[in-house]
Amino acid sequence: MARIVGIDLGTTNSLIAYMNGKTPTVIAGREGHTLVPSIVAYTPAGLVVGDAAKDQLLRNPERTVYSVKRFMGKGLADVTQELQYFPYRLSEQDGVIRLHVGDKALTPPEISAMILRELKARAEAFFGEAIRKAVITVPAYFNDSQRQATKDAGKIAGLDVIRILNEPTAASLAYGLQKRKQGLIAVYDLGGGTFDISILKIKGGIFEVLATNGNTHLGGDDFDRRLVDLMMAEIKAAHRVSLEGRPELQQALRVGAEQAKCRLSAEERAEVRIPLPDQRGEYRRTITRTEFEKLVADLMEKTLEPTRRALADAGLSTTDIDEVILVGGATRTPLVRQQVQALFGKVPHSELNPDEVVALGAAVQAAILSGGIQDMLLLDVTPLTLGIETMGGVMSSLIRRNTTIPTSAKEMFTTFVDGQTSVDIHILQGERELTKDNRSLARFQLKIPPLPAGVPRIEVTFMIDANGILNVTARDVRTGEAQSLEVKPSYGLTDQAVERMIQESFVFAQQDIKERQRIEARNEAESILRATEKALARADGLVTPEELAAIRDASAALTAAMAGDDHRPIRQAIEALNKATYGLAERLMDRSLLEALKDKKLSQTP
Amino acid sequence: METVRKELPLARSMCWHCQSDIGGEYFCGQCVKVQPLSKDSDYFSCLGLSRKLNIDTGSLETKFYEMSRAFHPDFYVGKSEMERAVSLANSATLNQAYHTLKDPILRAEYLLRLEAGSSKDIPGKAPTDLFETLLEIQEHLEELQAAKARADTTESARLAAQLKGERTTLETKRAALEARLAELFHIWDRLVEKPHDPSVRAGKEQALKEMRDILSQRSYLNTMLANVAEALG
Repeated sequence: MARIVGIDLGTTNSLIAYMNGKTPTVIAGREGHTLVPSIVAYTPAGLVVGDAAKDQLLRNPERTVYSVKRFMGKGLADVTQELQYFPYRLSEQDGVIRLHVGDKALTPPEISAMILRELKARAEAFFGEAIRKAVITVPAYFNDSQRQATKDAGKIAGLDVIRILNEPTAASLAYGLQKRKQGLIAVYDLGGGTFDISILKIKGGIFEVLATNGNTHLGGDDFDRRLVDLMMAEIKAAHRVSLEGRPELQQALRVGAEQAKCRLSAEERAEVRIPLPDQRGEYRRTITRTEFEKLVADLMEKTLEPTRRALADAGLSTTDIDEVILVGGATRTPLVRQQVQALFGKVPHSELNPDEVVALGAAVQAAILSGGIQDMLLLDVTPLTLGIETMGGVMSSLIRRNTTIPTSAKEMFTTFVDGQTSVDIHILQGERELTKDNRSLARFQLKIPPLPAGVPRIEVTFMIDANGILNVTARDVRTGEAQSLEVKPSYGLTDQAVERMIQESFVFAQQDIKERQRIEARNEAESILRATEKALARADGLVTPEELAAIRDASAALTAAMAGDDHRPIRQAIEALNKATYGLAERLMDRSLLEALKDKKLSQTP
Repeated sequence: METVRKELPLARSMCWHCQSDIGGEYFCGQCVKVQPLSKDSDYFSCLGLSRKLNIDTGSLETKFYEMSRAFHPDFYVGKSEMERAVSLANSATLNQAYHTLKDPILRAEYLLRLEAGSSKDIPGKAPTDLFETLLEIQEHLEELQAAKARADTTESARLAAQLKGERTTLETKRAALEARLAELFHIWDRLVEKPHDPSVRAGKEQALKEMRDILSQRSYLNTMLANVAEALG
């Protein structure tokens, strides 16, 4: 079977991992970093992703997109409260958020696809083969729309997403494999933007999730924002600098806050220095750990409620839990560790790098799916109750939260009026009584043959697959025939839209490649031209007049080629110049070697 | 109520893939393809159990894990579309069967559905012996809401204390109902073991009727207890 990789598509950072024999391993990039910052930037030189995009955060804030995971599967109304924290502009079209970057309006799945493509390229360079299949992780508390959006992102990036895997369960797989954990496990996962708690029973290679809960809008980003709010207010008061319309300053504050937060995990105090605009000097602020902990105490408190609910759903109390595992960068915060330890009464585990453990688990699941691991099996659950709208705007539940997946529910529909030819069905997800308080997932229309009221019987099957994604099918019970359904997602891309984006991304990718090749060729041409000039300056007595003429001609030809858009003539001209300077380069080398030897001999003389 | 039911699920007779004879196994003996669960099987027979109400949850779990290893879609990623469809459908049925039978209340409700054709949600019914207490609780709940609305803390505290006492009455009643339900589980199981005769049939019907009655009182009490819990905060 073709290779399947494991991908952690995170709010702050993303990683790609594979099974190296029996050990899950994260693939590092050229600089040796395993983390790819989940940041995408449009620079004058083209699209950049990861570390290169991170460099653009301060320089190019309006064209640099980060934390896009917070917008996956959401409408604009869901995120109005946090818009002030983002320097880029957002809008909504057909129930899907659009991020405005330069002259482009991109959906969150398209941006995520760019990050996925970067990871894919990293793995392809590592293996020297094309990568087509992947397991991608999502927060356990992600709803159907958010999961679907993640799957769409994979498709747009040219990946066949074999499984959408829950992050805390992924972590438990990594721990289960490498640390041989057994018994009742709680996974506390506080990432950049989301919080999950999962309770599992691990027994004889079976990883059975008993309950999961969380908050898809709570994470390290929110810790940063508390610091940003504090500093913004102080800057306003002391320096009378308004932050509106100053994306650079906003971004500098955010980056400063994030760095301070990370330092405060190891140190008692951290200093933030922000240069102020219009020659107003610098804002300096020392933050102590105690002060920071006070600022985020209520956020921390917010994670305890889902934890208690998950335990209650599993029918367990904190003392039943054998092991607690910490996942996610935000669990490095000492306050988080203390509170988790206090709640469960035991020291939580964090032996596996909390930034990498989810990707490692995704690689383990990939190995299970490809048959490489046969003794492990994960039985996960659906995090939210699924239902349909009934009379009076009430939700009638079909599949309860924390039901083991795959699972299905059947519902029979009929007509109320003679000759009625359709029934509208509204699918919901959530724990509340009323439709309006739950998440609208999709609507569809059931086509019914015209018959007297109550005679038609259409059976609709709601199937939640192992990805936690809903599939709806319908069957006319009288004829036994399958009914076709057109499900319109409330907050998601239609199949046609995804298809178009796959095509577009293919075209963009080719344009991007061309752009990149041209830039690289030009950069190389510039450096070789500079090197040639330098060499000629030192070439007295080493170059014949004919050689000199040839070198001058080749340099001129290269300069001319650089003006063009095609990288190939530039490459040819570089080759020609290399050939013309070859003899000179050798002689220069010999001379410098001789000089070096002479120096050595002199220095060795006592 | 007269219900037609089969004691055992019909064994599937033929493999969907190679048409060899098969006898109720997960996989075809000839071509090793996964087989769909019989349409006639219920949650009990799916997990290899007779329709008894006392179930050893340890061995139920073992069986569930064993069958999950046979059917879970994780093991069918590279297989044919038909095999993947069978795996998905079987897993979904298995998960629902385990979820239902693991929990004694859901198990009893399911048995009532199978044996007496009762509806999915058994409607709640007030226990007659607690009629007056229930009326008082309703009154106290309303009074507490009113007291809270006018920020009358002394009155709120008095009502809360009363409600706490009444909550204990409800909880005691619920425990008594559950104890009787456990007895009925044993009565039912003994009847299942006996050979068929008219007295067994009448006994079963009586047991089912009483179970249904207990479940609907219990459901009523749960709703009431949830309301009290919400009011007490």
